[in-house]
Amino acid sequence: MIFKNSLQKLLNGLAKTKNAFTRQLKELFTFGRKIDNELLDKLEEILISADVGVETASSLIEDIKKAYESKTITDTSQLLDYLKNSLKKKLAFDTPNMLNTAPSPPTVILVVGVNGTGKTTSIAKIANYLLEQDKKVMLAASDTFRAAAIEQLTIWGQRLNINIIAHKSGADPAAVAFDAADSALAKKMDYLIVDTAGRLHTKVNLMKELSKISDVLGKKIPGAPHEVLIVLDATTGQNAIAQAKTFKEASKLTGIVLSKLDGTAKGGIVIAIKKCLDVPVKFIGIGEKMEDLEVFDPDKFIDALFTAD
Amino acid sequence: MFESLSERLQGIFRKLGARGKLTESNITEGLREVRVALLEADVNYKVVKDFIDKVTQRAVGQEVIRSITPSQQIIKIVSDELTALMGPVDHSIAFNANNAPTVFMMVGLQGSGKTTSCAKFAKYLMKKYNRRPLLVAADIQRPAAIEQLKVLGKQLDIPVFTKAGLQPPQICHESVKFAEQNMRDTIILDTAGRLHVNQELMDELRDIKRRAVPQHIFLVSDAMTGQDAVNSAKEFNSAMDITGVIMTKLDGDARGGAAMSIKAITGKPIKFTGVGEKIENFEEFHPDRMASRILGMGDVVSLVERVQQNITSEEADALQLKMKKKELNFQDFLEQLQKMKKMGPFKELLGMIPGLGGMADQVDEKEFKRFEAIILSMTKQEREHPELLDGGRRKRIAIGSGSSIQAVNTLLKNFRDMKKMMSDLTKGKMGKLGKMGFGKMPFNQ
Repeated sequence: MIFKNSLQKLLNGLAKTKNAFTRQLKELFTFGRKIDNELLDKLEEILISADVGVETASSLIEDIKKAYESKTITDTSQLLDYLKNSLKKKLAFDTPNMLNTAPSPPTVILVVGVNGTGKTTSIAKIANYLLEQDKKVMLAASDTFRAAAIEQLTIWGQRLNINIIAHKSGADPAAVAFDAADSALAKKMDYLIVDTAGRLHTKVNLMKELSKISDVLGKKIPGAPHEVLIVLDATTGQNAIAQAKTFKEASKLTGIVLSKLDGTAKGGIVIAIKKCLDVPVKFIGIGEKMEDLEVFDPDKFIDALFTAD
Repeated sequence: MFESLSERLQGIFRKLGARGKLTESNITEGLREVRVALLEADVNYKVVKDFIDKVTQRAVGQEVIRSITPSQQIIKIVSDELTALMGPVDHSIAFNANNAPTVFMMVGLQGSGKTTSCAKFAKYLMKKYNRRPLLVAADIQRPAAIEQLKVLGKQLDIPVFTKAGLQPPQICHESVKFAEQNMRDTIILDTAGRLHVNQELMDELRDIKRRAVPQHIFLVSDAMTGQDAVNSAKEFNSAMDITGVIMTKLDGDARGGAAMSIKAITGKPIKFTGVGEKIENFEEFHPDRMASRILGMGDVVSLVERVQQNITSEEADALQLKMKKKELNFQDFLEQLQKMKKMGPFKELLGMIPGLGGMADQVDEKEFKRFEAIILSMTKQEREHPELLDGGRRKRIAIGSGSSIQAVNTLLKNFRDMKKMMSDLTKGKMGKLGKMGFGKMPFNQ
């Protein structure tokens, strides 16, 4: 396995999150109490506080009510397992979690997202993940807008000891992508990861620019970008859905990197995103170091969220 | 996806209004919808609960049931409570009376926009208070963060202090001396983004506070933050005793429920907002505007401000005179279109106007682009004298702009309608809106 003892690491990262959450759940479910409105309200509070959204929370609670009425569950001790299973079901992906690869290298990964979600850091982590698999990786600095974004990516490139293609600040990001695609082909890279400027999904022109970068890559390398990953901040609320939706319209979104899961944010938004858009979460970010990346596993994710220490 | 909170509440209150007199049960039903809408706007669960309790207490009282227009009364109560919750905000800034520089400190989670906010705030202080700021790069964590602040400092033509090899508390400490020696009267400390659960880094912030003694500490918070906003705000506030909050990325479509949550939990006001990619996209926070925006009652004041930034009053007066005299031509129309584009997406502008928020989805921005192309294909003479446009000319324009004769005809028809409407409006049939400056804008909707 590439990722070392992932469950333990995830548990560590999620420890803070989990303690409060699990304690509340335990209080609810260990008294052998009947399922009543008070309990369902408390459950709704826990779910909504985890950012799963009103709609998802309501539908989960409806499920529980039905299961209780039909005697599938008879008291609160069974409720937690039932809830976990139904959450896992909601998170189960039809598409495989692993990265798409090009029929012939290089595989091009385009990384997109709104400002400040952690795109550049995530790129370094993904590059590191691929390097551990002995892949040849190149980076393209197509965030030519934000002050010092190129320098930031360059520092990561140096730390990882890999090639990075960059133009000057303010250059055409599509031109950078074009040159990088050229260079990745010439240098026989396995992967080319393209960084882009953070953009609010409501800015029409910037979203068009993204489509252009995507088109340019496709012209140079057939089928590119093979993977378009949106980096979503786990602390983001319901707006994450609108973000994913709009980015999906601008480029063929293939996956999500859920960043900053090491805080107290619970990342419940992934459940709603899966439901609305059916875009799989591929990685989660759980720290600032380049090893702090995990392949997303819905089962482990849900278990980690509900497991008591 | 979801309706906006504004649309949602509008729908609810339309429903409430249609029922005539409010009873206790339909207040409760209406407020249940308000609750859902607030939760979907990412307002914290507990904050929503308190808010609904408070509104219920006020609404179920006699003042509502006896009032003549109950739905208006409810809207007012909800809006008042929202405003009261987020306000009042005092934007004034206390500077040191003596010669010592006034120190500001920015703290927050990773990616909330601290570095950008430092630069925007510096610009704001330069413009409004004539201050001479020094930016201090104390983020030695994130690669190139110092470089980023340096680039921004160069854009503003102000110095950026940092010292390689030193820890952030020392950098901040030494910056005070540097500011004094270099005649800078204001210091803005940029700190590294950190998680509120990271004790070591939170201690570092306390250390900076001890050694640089900032008079003002701002928590920089992302408008898109979900339920967790209360957790981080609470921790940052208890560690640092923040003076206020700068809410960033409000130019997106996040409903910004975090604004309500943070104020409710910390008691500290949102003071400023980041509303765009440019350094000057920085505004004072107005709870009443935010509340009325949340409630779908538009953000008229912000719209007028934005219009004023882009259209001089002479231009507006000249245009109004033309409209009154029905002399408006395509040249004016084109100029207006281009000015409106500068003001931001049309949808955003519509969202600020009372009652038009719901129309935003029906607006096709491309339509404006087509209009522009068609007008650009006209000769100067044609633009100034639209009556010249006969069949032959229309055909030429259609080909020239890559559109169709029908499209040209549609534009001409819209233009005639608008001209008539504008003429009516400027003659005083417009009521309140006209006084607020809308007569000066080319709405053909």
